[in-house]
Amino acid sequence: MKTMVEEIGKTVEGDLIINVGPQHPATHGVLHLVITLNGETIKNVEPHLGYIHRSIEKMCESLSYRQFIYSTSRMDYLSAHINNHACSMVVEKALQIEVPARAQVIRVLMDELTRIASHELWWGAMAMDLGAFTPFFHAFRERETINDIMEETCGARLTMNYNVPGGVMADLHPNFVTRVKNFLKLYKLKIHEYDELVTGNIIFQNRMKGVGFLSAEDAISYGVTGPAARGSGVSCDVRKHFPYEIYEQLQFDEILETAGDSFARYMVRLREMNESIKIIEQLIDMIPEGDFQAKTKAVLKLPKGEFFQSVETARGELGVYIVSEGGTTPYRIKFRSPGFSNLSALNHMATGEKLGDLIASMGTLDLVIPDIDR
Amino acid sequence: MLKEELTIIIKELLPNAVIEEAGEWLNFSLEATEFKQAALQLRNFNQMPFDFLFCLTCIDWKTHFTMVYHLRSKKTNDNIVIKVKLNRDIPEIDTISDIWRTAEFHEREVFDLFGIIFLQHPDLRRLFLTDDWVGYPLRKDYDDPINMIKL
Repeated sequence: MKTMVEEIGKTVEGDLIINVGPQHPATHGVLHLVITLNGETIKNVEPHLGYIHRSIEKMCESLSYRQFIYSTSRMDYLSAHINNHACSMVVEKALQIEVPARAQVIRVLMDELTRIASHELWWGAMAMDLGAFTPFFHAFRERETINDIMEETCGARLTMNYNVPGGVMADLHPNFVTRVKNFLKLYKLKIHEYDELVTGNIIFQNRMKGVGFLSAEDAISYGVTGPAARGSGVSCDVRKHFPYEIYEQLQFDEILETAGDSFARYMVRLREMNESIKIIEQLIDMIPEGDFQAKTKAVLKLPKGEFFQSVETARGELGVYIVSEGGTTPYRIKFRSPGFSNLSALNHMATGEKLGDLIASMGTLDLVIPDIDR
Repeated sequence: MLKEELTIIIKELLPNAVIEEAGEWLNFSLEATEFKQAALQLRNFNQMPFDFLFCLTCIDWKTHFTMVYHLRSKKTNDNIVIKVKLNRDIPEIDTISDIWRTAEFHEREVFDLFGIIFLQHPDLRRLFLTDDWVGYPLRKDYDDPINMIKL
């Protein structure tokens, strides 16, 4: 890492260097930003990473194809289920395992519940960053309901570890359908509060509109994916472009906004929750009967070759790239994490803006630090 | 687009590319010296500009390194994979951070964990590990008796 003296060497008279983090409430994790300021205007933002780097990629090289899935729950812990899904799918693709229809529907249902839970947390935290404390409790009211559903079926509230190669680990809890329906009712009853509390608030809008602008070309060049890119009008939903599982048969829209500012990214996430609700409604009464797991061998050996699978997590495109030498453990594994690429655009977005606006830009990128550091 | 059609287009654009049969997407390898020029050609290819670099990584094959670049054309949604073989003693390759801006971060990561030198990179420093870290952890011959996790 660059020392402070080196950093100061680049600056001109009147510039000020400040540190945001590694312990700062607005970074939601151990992210360290070294910011060069001139007055209140940002000249440069330099992320210093690695405070929570565990080298999951190296660890996975000594884990078997059944074990490595669980280490990915600890990457983007808010979309743990979707991470597990990606890893299971890449193993299934390599071994050409046919996943039973019931397992596919369960996986998609869980993915969408995870996505809603993740966006709920983001919404509460985002509003808190900008000074509104109440929304956090409103968001957690709904999020707790999802966590309870997860706990009952998967046995865990955050790191679900529910996916295994070939399907899911256990069948759905008998209460699952009723509880999800109750959640849908609760969500529809309460969602208007989100708009009334935050979206329509003029103070909030003034802090978001025109802040942290990212053009469509820059979003593509910086590799930004997920809601952050869709706020700039870049169509990049993996569920639409490279459909996996049963997404092809489902009716839902890809939310696009063209403004490219923080408010556009905010609106994308808020409206995306409604799309997830739509997907859940289509599936909840049509869970097919049958096996929840395909029969697989106890020890999995991937054939020699390279395998890649992308999925759409709550933050963007997660890619799992496995290089296999034919053994029981991967020779090399790479996680293309959405947070890492999204963060690379932060300097471009924040430069030239005021320091207070950085919080809005950072908040709408929805950074999860373990996902960046891995 | 079918893989066969894409193969013909790429062969026309880059006559020196060595096409590999295996893989889900079109794989081809290039020499390190001609890589930068080819990358520019692919980025500015009118018919289907490969404008989205969605994965950049490296593999240590013990005898040599392989840089792997996954590119996507936003216009046609086609994916290609470029591989560049690097000498293990002098692992050097031109940076592409001026073509795809996201590569600046990804190349710093690869430098940090593999020790690949990216020529003309604007800011090649360690990203995750501390400056005084010795060695490159994702190399196969890296051994750390204290911090190593093995099962």
